[in-house]
Amino acid sequence: MSLGVVMLVHSDFARAGQMVRHWAAGGCPVMIHVDSDVDTATFDWFVANLSDLDDVRFSTRHRCEWGMWGLVAATQDAAGQLLREFAHVDRVFLASGSCLPLRPISELRDFLDGCPQTDFIESATTADVPWTVGGLDRERFTLRFPFSWKRRRRLFDNYVKFQQAIGVKRKIPKGLVPHMGSQWWCLTRKTLTAILNDPKRRKYDRYFKRVWIPDESYFQTLVRKHATRIQSRSLTLSKFDFQGKPHIFYDDHAEILRRSGCFVARKIWPNAQVLFDSFPQATTPNGPTRPSTGTVDRIFGKAVERRTRGRPGLYMHSRYPNVKKANGISAAPFSVMHGFDALFPHFENWLAQQTDAQVHGHLFAKDKAQFADRSTVFRGALSDCARLRDYNAQGFLTNLLWTTRDRYQCFMFGPTDTPSIHWMLAHDTNARVWVISGAWSIPLFLSGRTAAETRAEAAHLQRCENKFLKALNAPQAHARIRISTLADFLDNPRDTLQVLVDQIAGHKARALSDLPEMADLGGLPAYLQELKNQGMHPFLTGDLSAEMHRNAAVNSEPRSYVVGHK
Amino acid sequence: MALRLRWKRQRLLLRIWRNRRQIVPHVDRTQSITPTAILAFTTLRNEMLRLPYFLDYYRKLGVAHFLIVDNGSTDGSVEFLAAQPDVSLWTTAHSYKLSRFGMDWLGWLQWQYGPDHWCLTVDADELLVYPHCDSRDLHALTAHLDKNGQSALGALLLDMYPKGPLTNASYAKGQDPIAALGWFDGAGYRHRLHPVFGNQWIQGGPRDRMFFRADPDRAPTLNKTPLVKWHWRQVYVTSTHHMLPRRLNHVFDWPAKTVMTGALLHTKFLPDIAARSAEEVERKQHFENSVLYVDYYQKLIENPDLWTDGSMAYKGWQQLVELGLIAPGAWR
Repeated sequence: MSLGVVMLVHSDFARAGQMVRHWAAGGCPVMIHVDSDVDTATFDWFVANLSDLDDVRFSTRHRCEWGMWGLVAATQDAAGQLLREFAHVDRVFLASGSCLPLRPISELRDFLDGCPQTDFIESATTADVPWTVGGLDRERFTLRFPFSWKRRRRLFDNYVKFQQAIGVKRKIPKGLVPHMGSQWWCLTRKTLTAILNDPKRRKYDRYFKRVWIPDESYFQTLVRKHATRIQSRSLTLSKFDFQGKPHIFYDDHAEILRRSGCFVARKIWPNAQVLFDSFPQATTPNGPTRPSTGTVDRIFGKAVERRTRGRPGLYMHSRYPNVKKANGISAAPFSVMHGFDALFPHFENWLAQQTDAQVHGHLFAKDKAQFADRSTVFRGALSDCARLRDYNAQGFLTNLLWTTRDRYQCFMFGPTDTPSIHWMLAHDTNARVWVISGAWSIPLFLSGRTAAETRAEAAHLQRCENKFLKALNAPQAHARIRISTLADFLDNPRDTLQVLVDQIAGHKARALSDLPEMADLGGLPAYLQELKNQGMHPFLTGDLSAEMHRNAAVNSEPRSYVVGHK
Repeated sequence: MALRLRWKRQRLLLRIWRNRRQIVPHVDRTQSITPTAILAFTTLRNEMLRLPYFLDYYRKLGVAHFLIVDNGSTDGSVEFLAAQPDVSLWTTAHSYKLSRFGMDWLGWLQWQYGPDHWCLTVDADELLVYPHCDSRDLHALTAHLDKNGQSALGALLLDMYPKGPLTNASYAKGQDPIAALGWFDGAGYRHRLHPVFGNQWIQGGPRDRMFFRADPDRAPTLNKTPLVKWHWRQVYVTSTHHMLPRRLNHVFDWPAKTVMTGALLHTKFLPDIAARSAEEVERKQHFENSVLYVDYYQKLIENPDLWTDGSMAYKGWQQLVELGLIAPGAWR
């Protein structure tokens, strides 16, 4: 069996010449098409450079522009000429000047021998596979595209819009089902001859002349009419980015190209000396294998995914998330406890023992950020300096959550802590905010000062806290928020704490064995009443009765049933 | 706003043109610039310590020609540069500060030689790293940017520092400075949108946390746009942080996608920093408000230790990608 190659060349003639020699050395006749836009001097040099090779010919030159008919016309002519001039060729491989054979040509030939009468061409119906980028899939075949997308973008776009508006719908020639796929194929003489000599070819050609990117659909569609056995895949390894532009292979891809087992790859960076030196390999190290593009797909697939979605919670030079959206403000879920440390003096330590989360103190305290280890410079070189933190409070928190995204983060919050972070705590879908409102009254009460002395301070704290609650109650607040008044919380502290711990520890949570030690609240209701008498109504605490905190003690006994145990 | 910035750009271009005679050609080899050459533009003063490695580094990355303005070096930099075959050298004794920190001088060179070239504008203490920079040169990078219609590459200025007091690090001419300054801050950079220029304004790093705690607003700006496909209409506004037209500042995607960016490894804190700082205090030639910087230089003269437990040892571009400091975009 004999393999012939049609090669389309428009630039990098030195490299293209090298590729021609690879194919010729492998015993393949090569029919070269050079873009008619290439100047005569370069063309002449190219021809002269290859004149020592007998089985290398040049076909009629067409003007080839991306997405236009010229590429198909060039391929048709070159393929026809190849079949005419080399009667023994019974397979034709379509390649370009930047297609690099990875494995010996003889192995490709053996592989093809193993699949007699099979056409290798990627060909999928537009109805079933949403491959195309930019929205034009079915419409490629039903609108007219006389203008170049590259040079006349505005005309192209407007003409498309115009046709859509007036409802143009071209009729697809009878007997054809539009298919699309990679431009690079390998067809048998029988199929190719049938396509080129189709009695209706003039009609088909006229139709495809106005289809967009006909080089990805002409042969792919017609092959469905003529071929007996189709393997719908391209033998040429080629990856596309999210915009539909081909990825380029560089020196550092040598290993994955070697392992891919593919016969030919494109596009290759013209200066990738290592690739050009090491391919085509003399033999395939692991013996003849079938192409498997798993690794390549993974590497480039990841690129597309990250490129289109980005990494949530990461702020960097090239990425600035839309902060109006609640998604992706921060990198990972985190919990904020408001008022808990006022009620439970050792809450931080207790929570750290119950879960393996990192529990910070008041990250947004007035004097400095209280990191979990109380260090001055935290992981990722975050400074505890309050001024630097408050200069961009949201940036401080997103940075912290990004660098510590391997561990769950919790921190305490209070009424006097930096208010500019309220907005983010309320909006971020990753935030879990727990509030005991009115807990600020406890430290005031415990300070031993009278209601008259603490009145002004209490009013201030209540005002600040109310602002925070307002932010949390805003309709756009997407965080998971649970607010209870001090009175409500004391009614049943165990259940609230159990849910709080469950949320942090996830499936690892156990039923709480002991609750944190609570501050002694005896006399608090009286203190609050005295505040009221002074004219300062602590409305955020809820209705605290004298029995309330006795009830709390009772309700904090373990129940007979177990919550959250799995 | 658009109109005001247009006027600003025109004013800057006029200013560049007016100040064109401030620089005097010393060695002019610009005839050797080929149409596809990548050019590097630099203003410097007394950088003999860094120059040999600097030139080597960028030569390896594929820079074909260096266009350098020397602002009164006395340490042999002029003689050294004049002897290099791929350097064109201009000299000037005018004020660095009054020339917008050299941007007027370089602007004139860029206006003359830059158009249609990819132009790299870096200081002698800045080394560009970008995804795959160990295996792909600037030609591959710029071809990729061209293909994607990106006409500028953004970079984060990454302050590199040693472990221990600054002058304790040892460094000799021609060595890789990153071997001496192996540490950096892996996170903690503040980002926000610049109200005027439309790019991200990034601050942070060791200088921010050590020297600008009291006045974060004045902390050094770390976003730069060092690599640009030049057009005669373009100007740098303040150092290479902001550009006009604003389109060039859009080196990031709005809102959340990731385009390719790189980083500039800042080798400012080599052991000569104390001596240089002392000199800067004398010259009063640095940055917008030199008085504010006196305090900063004073602290540098006192030989501080920038290293903390949170510092990271530099391991290469892959590490920066993992940390989210640079991004490969669609380039794999």
